Amino acid sequence: MCSVASLFSNETALAMIEFAAHLTQGRFVLDAEFETAAGVTALFGPSGSGKTTIINLIGGLTRPQKGRIVVGDRVLVDTDRRIFVPMHKRRIGLVFQDAQLFPHLTVDQNLRFGRWFAPRDPTGVAIELVVERLGIRSLLSRRPSRLSGGEKQRVALARALLASPHLLLMDEPLAGLDQNRKTEIFPLIEMMRDDFKIPIVYVTHALDEVARLASFVVRLDAGRVIATGSAAGVVL
Amino acid sequence: MFEFTANEWVAIELSLRIAFLATIAALPVAVAAAYALARLNFPGKALVDGVLHLPLVLPPVVTGYMLLLAFGKQGPIGAFLFDHFGISLSFRWTGAALACGVMGFPLMLRAIRLSFESIDRRLEVAAGTLGANGCWAFLLVTLPLSLPGILAGAIMCFAKALGEFGATITFVSNIPGETQTIASSIYSYTQVPGGEAGALRLTFVSIGIALVALVVSEFLNRRVQRRITVFE
Repeated sequence: MCSVASLFSNETALAMIEFAAHLTQGRFVLDAEFETAAGVTALFGPSGSGKTTIINLIGGLTRPQKGRIVVGDRVLVDTDRRIFVPMHKRRIGLVFQDAQLFPHLTVDQNLRFGRWFAPRDPTGVAIELVVERLGIRSLLSRRPSRLSGGEKQRVALARALLASPHLLLMDEPLAGLDQNRKTEIFPLIEMMRDDFKIPIVYVTHALDEVARLASFVVRLDAGRVIATGSAAGVVL
Repeated sequence: MFEFTANEWVAIELSLRIAFLATIAALPVAVAAAYALARLNFPGKALVDGVLHLPLVLPPVVTGYMLLLAFGKQGPIGAFLFDHFGISLSFRWTGAALACGVMGFPLMLRAIRLSFESIDRRLEVAAGTLGANGCWAFLLVTLPLSLPGILAGAIMCFAKALGEFGATITFVSNIPGETQTIASSIYSYTQVPGGEAGALRLTFVSIGIALVALVVSEFLNRRVQRRITVFE
């Protein structure tokens, strides 16, 4: 079998993200701006600091009142030029804290869901390979209700990966798992970062996750960026 | 005693036909309205919600009279349908289906709306981030997950349509062979001396059909539930 790296050889995958947005939601005001390169960018801060809002803005779940969001060479949002690419056209994967697998579909059908909509891409990652690497072959015929929390999260990672995203957003994907399960999932996220070369924006308030995964940290507080840089420089 | 007359057979067949047509015709409208009420925010939403539920609280005779005003030959919609398509609803069995559909609509709407509202919206977001536009997300995620509710709503509407009396008799009268349903036949029997046996026969038929409908809905619902192991 050919190597993972050659399956994902397109250099555009090494996207640069430019983010600038202003958004008022009730009493919460987000006013954030940062730039980051490939690898794992951690959005780190206490609850209510705007981490999930930023994820929602990048994913296209929320519209900013003012802002500009660029991933790689694609302008996803530019309020000045009235650009807003809808969620389903962004090709940005989202992994939720609680997997959000489709309960009426089997694991296999969940995995194929995004394939169906992704443009036919000969350089896209093979389903066999992902199933193998994430160790979910034995789960394929099961329903999500018959999976443990850790298994669900593996399937959710695989499902997001198989839609051939340009960027993966992860909203506290490990928060609901115990330490053993976390230890299982960590290498899988590292694999997505290193082997599949997909840039990841990772929301967390856990220091160990930042230390282990993040190549770049955006530290947030009350809707503002208070520091950016390497994990060691910003939070440790 | 249990020999049905020709008219009674016709009434039974008509009732079923009317109830089926009413349910099938109301279903897509109810699904669309339920989705709009469950997922969208638009000005006047409370008013729309209220108007759609009116048949539930108005006296059926009022609903029937309003249908007559709107869909009768002289009514604005009725005249339009007749002039342009040659369709006449008043005093026809199709008009009875319209009356039954309108009366059953709020029950159907309610059941379907509740099932839409019970679906985690983040599942639709997940479908969106996987490349499905709103329409596909609805067809592949929302709709299959709300099947039990849609089914329950359809059965409610069907049962309501079978038993509908006031709006139907006001809008399309009680014409044997055209608009005389089981309910209006029973009413006719109670108005003439010696009609007790006929009324009783049709009463048993009503109970029988209602029971079968409930059992079928329960059976279908279980099958759907088994297929959709809903929400852990």
